[in-house]
Amino acid sequence: MNFKQSFNLAIKSLAASKMRAFLTMLGIIIGVAAVIILVSLVDGFKNSMLEQFNSIGANTISVSIRSRGGTRTVNVDEMLALCDEHPDILLAATPNVTATGTAKIGTEDLSSSITGVGESYLDVTTSEIQQGRFLTYNDINTRQKVCIVGSYISKEFFNGNAVDQTLKINGNTFKIVGVFEEVADSTEGSSDDKIIIPYTTVRSITQFSFVSSYTFATVDESLSPQGKTIIENFLLSIFASDSYYTVMSMAEMLDMVDTLTSQITLILVGIAGISLLVGGIGIMNIMLVSVTERTREIGIRKSLGARRFDIMSQFVVEAATTSAVGGVVGIVLGIVVSYVAGTLLNLIIKPSYLAILIAFTFSAAIGIMFGYFPANKAAKLNPIDALRHD
Amino acid sequence: MIDLKDIYKIYVDGDSEIRALDGVSLHIDKGEFVAIVGQSGSGKSTCMNIIGCLDVPTSGTYKLNGIDASTLTEDEQAQIRNQTLGFIFQQYNLIPKLNLLENVELPLIYRGYPQKKRHELAIKSLERVGLVDRIKKFPSQLSGGQQQRVSIARALAGNPSVILADEPTGALDSKTGLEVLKFLKQLNKEGNTIVLITHDNGIAEQAKRIVRIQDGKIIEDRPSQSVQQGGLQ
Repeated sequence: MNFKQSFNLAIKSLAASKMRAFLTMLGIIIGVAAVIILVSLVDGFKNSMLEQFNSIGANTISVSIRSRGGTRTVNVDEMLALCDEHPDILLAATPNVTATGTAKIGTEDLSSSITGVGESYLDVTTSEIQQGRFLTYNDINTRQKVCIVGSYISKEFFNGNAVDQTLKINGNTFKIVGVFEEVADSTEGSSDDKIIIPYTTVRSITQFSFVSSYTFATVDESLSPQGKTIIENFLLSIFASDSYYTVMSMAEMLDMVDTLTSQITLILVGIAGISLLVGGIGIMNIMLVSVTERTREIGIRKSLGARRFDIMSQFVVEAATTSAVGGVVGIVLGIVVSYVAGTLLNLIIKPSYLAILIAFTFSAAIGIMFGYFPANKAAKLNPIDALRHD
Repeated sequence: MIDLKDIYKIYVDGDSEIRALDGVSLHIDKGEFVAIVGQSGSGKSTCMNIIGCLDVPTSGTYKLNGIDASTLTEDEQAQIRNQTLGFIFQQYNLIPKLNLLENVELPLIYRGYPQKKRHELAIKSLERVGLVDRIKKFPSQLSGGQQQRVSIARALAGNPSVILADEPTGALDSKTGLEVLKFLKQLNKEGNTIVLITHDNGIAEQAKRIVRIQDGKIIEDRPSQSVQQGGLQ
């Protein structure tokens, strides 16, 4: 008996009891689908995070300072002066101030993020100006009520011609002087739905105590560690303790995201793997039942000249076919659900071929492993006893 | 052809031992039609299991076509069953989920024949038992007599040297039983060696030679009445 015959026999046997075959496969289907869905989603999250980080720039260092309430504090000019003191390492810096407030165009409320920055903002991010200009030193210095808007706002409210139009933030009228190039897909809530104003202006439109967040850019990605050390040394000299500030380079952040998502993937795949294991035990269970039910058939086959190997391969192939078919269904289900979930969560999902390959190989291997024991039991049956079995 | 010499089959059950076969010697030539008769527990089934290479004797030698079959491994036994022997059972022992053609093809599959050859041989065999028009039917769609004919076709398909029939009429009414016996006689006339196991003296008399077993020993070995009466077979 060759493999093709064993396979045909297995298909026949599965087709003869469809409900049972389906329920047996279900464990594998769920396990395989879970592996693919989880890996795809974590991958999607990771990519979306990396994309956001990348829009900030891989050569950046972010600094966040917690208020100390004492006299020891750091002011913006001191921080920005670091760049002038170390021009070979630090390229530029900007404060980041998140303004709490609502922007309005006409009577319509916007959900846009409003951030106050310095004139070097463009140097520390990957943002580009598409129309008009960016903030100037003068805008910052004289607290001008001007702003740059993302492409979403420009397209949605001004037909792409936002320059020289106005919008209101907390009742203050701001003049739009520039529009950013599209970085996402120009939809509401995306990175294209933002308003950038001078950080000095934030003080005049909202409650605001001090600048707690900065972004630095180093001349080159490889200078990140040196840049970080310069900033840390400076802050330590002011606060005398490193518990009042955090300095984090983008390189470190990317590493962290990478490590974190790898760990999450490992844990989730481990959990999904348990489901595969349970599925495999289900297959073993049903194959044992099948061997008992078909003892007489095994006896007949043996009396007609089936060798141990023939019986063995019949049952192993049947188990492997069950789990492989379950694996294929699981893969299809996993891909479909990944895409649906990706759409719902606004993630770009690319089902991982590696995950698919591993899931399928693993499920087929489980079929063979868990099919082996019942198959061996069948192959070892004594033909005389098997023939007499009712 | 079949040569049993001093065959013992002893089962040990705790302290006591049961001698299912207690020194059996038997020689069967090619072309013979032998009935092995005995009551249940006489050892005739054990005898048939050994002749059928389904079991090995505790001691003694069994030669089948000159091959010593008493020391074979399980897979070698399987090979002998597949190539040299054809089984007909009381309960037909057809596989319910396979159709007639597939059932008859089974021994040929294990012989490794390609599909085309299997088909030809199986159809030829089903022609001989007169069921070639039902090859796509399943065993459950046939009467008992027809099912037994399928199992005969299966036994014949591989053209074995010996056909072993274990109570082939046991599950049939007397009329269909006689038909099956007539068919076995016909096969014997065509040159097949047939060993029939039965507990029924009347059926045994249909063979050419009768071997009676009791308590694991052969107590009688004679030509059947039909032969004694000089009737030509």
